[in-house]
Amino acid sequence: MSGKRAVIAGIGHTEFSQNSGRSTMQLAAEASLASIRDAGFSPTEVDGTVTFSMDTNDELALIRSLGVPMLRFCARTRGGGGGASATVQLAAAAVESGQADAVLVYRAFNERSGHRFGQPVQANPDPVWNWASPFSLNTPAKVYSLTFQRYMYEFGLTNEDFGRYTVVARDWASTNPNAQFYERPITLQDHQDSRWIVEPILRKLDCCLESDGGVALLITTAERAAAHGSDAVPILASSAIQLEGGHEMFAYYHDDLCEYPEGRVLGEQLYRQAGITAADIDVAMIYENFSPIVFLQLEAFGFCGRGEASDFIKDGHIGRGGSLPTNTNGGLLGEGYIHGMNNIVEGVRQLRGTSSNQISGAEHVLVSAGRSGIILGR
Amino acid sequence: MTTVRPPISDFDDAFFWEGINSQKLLIQRCGDCSVLRHPPTPICANCGSMNNQATESAGKGSILTWIISQHPTEPDEEPRIVILVQLDEGTRIVSNLIDVAPTHDQVLNDKRVEVCFVDYDGTILPQFRLAEMQS
Ligand SMILES: [Zn+2]
Repeated sequence: MSGKRAVIAGIGHTEFSQNSGRSTMQLAAEASLASIRDAGFSPTEVDGTVTFSMDTNDELALIRSLGVPMLRFCARTRGGGGGASATVQLAAAAVESGQADAVLVYRAFNERSGHRFGQPVQANPDPVWNWASPFSLNTPAKVYSLTFQRYMYEFGLTNEDFGRYTVVARDWASTNPNAQFYERPITLQDHQDSRWIVEPILRKLDCCLESDGGVALLITTAERAAAHGSDAVPILASSAIQLEGGHEMFAYYHDDLCEYPEGRVLGEQLYRQAGITAADIDVAMIYENFSPIVFLQLEAFGFCGRGEASDFIKDGHIGRGGSLPTNTNGGLLGEGYIHGMNNIVEGVRQLRGTSSNQISGAEHVLVSAGRSGIILGR
Repeated sequence: MTTVRPPISDFDDAFFWEGINSQKLLIQRCGDCSVLRHPPTPICANCGSMNNQATESAGKGSILTWIISQHPTEPDEEPRIVILVQLDEGTRIVSNLIDVAPTHDQVLNDKRVEVCFVDYDGTILPQFRLAEMQS
């Protein structure tokens, strides 16, 4: 491996909760400091940052808490959670090009005790909402369900099929002490007993767990990480795909409503960069605001064929002992919704051999946010 | 009584909402290459033209996908059927299906629909009804 290659050298996070009781800036600073220390770096060595465009924690305010004297690279991702893995792409590009030596990636919010994304929009945030909110499409659950319905119709699925994903996610969460649903596995009946959010598509237990918390990563080059003694994980591939006609939420205008075209192209990009195929992925971390999006991504990344995700999950592939352990931290439904960033932390842990649900011999981990993704590997 | 959130007309879609106010369902059409596009854009991606025209849709199409919109816990509004319509002209539009009970024990996918215009307390929206003749 080239010494110039980007690696994730450090990971850090706060507890994930329903009420952090402190500022988002404190969450960001705590997670950031933890990731810098985990990498064996000093804050004075950080010279770049990446966060989400949606993040409310200003870079300059953050570095006043950390003791970072100077930044020469600051970038933010486009969109929302779909850009989670693009944080790593941007940071990797910065360190591999020499624009920065050590980039701090951070994301922190009080998404449960503060502003909740799942609530109805109160004003059209941009003109694209003109094609939704006047017609009562005013929550993420409704907006996404409009595409999920066609997928269910096309392949004859019911909400029970989606529930089988949640059961697996909650099983993984049940043995992950960081998960908010630690020691709280569910049965399919528990899922079916949860209330409808959008009948007959999504129940409460199909929705991600809105959470408070912060996550941070320290990204640098392999040679710098080695000099600091970091337990670094190489970034074998990173990409973020936007397609004409696509939209972060309103995926209504692509020809085929039953596929996730950004995910399909993303998979092709990632496998090519890493020089591997879907069969080489040992663990998949897949962003799920709602359970059906996992189905679309399993198909988009070539883990199973079109319309086959339901059987793939039913046959046990994504759970314990399966061929593709998926969301081994419990995912955003089971561990918590930190906008997908906690899934990157779990990917690093799987390759360090420190996951609560360690998959022995894991060599390649895909961390997908649907339209952005990375492959981490040994 | 259904209360609706009015659209916030932008430069690029002003013609659409003006059309709706005069009971016309307009689709943006490039004045040079004739390609149709919705939602509207300021420039034609096919030929680069800014000669933006519009054509009136016949208002007929079929339902690609649908949900019943009802907030799970708050009585914010009456349930409405939200549909994504594939118009016969080729573009798609999000709208509502009216005069059909908002129940999910029915299959609405691929049903033929026709546009109509409904005034919701001063906000006119394009809405759809099931077509008389299902074909
Ligand atoms: Zn044109």
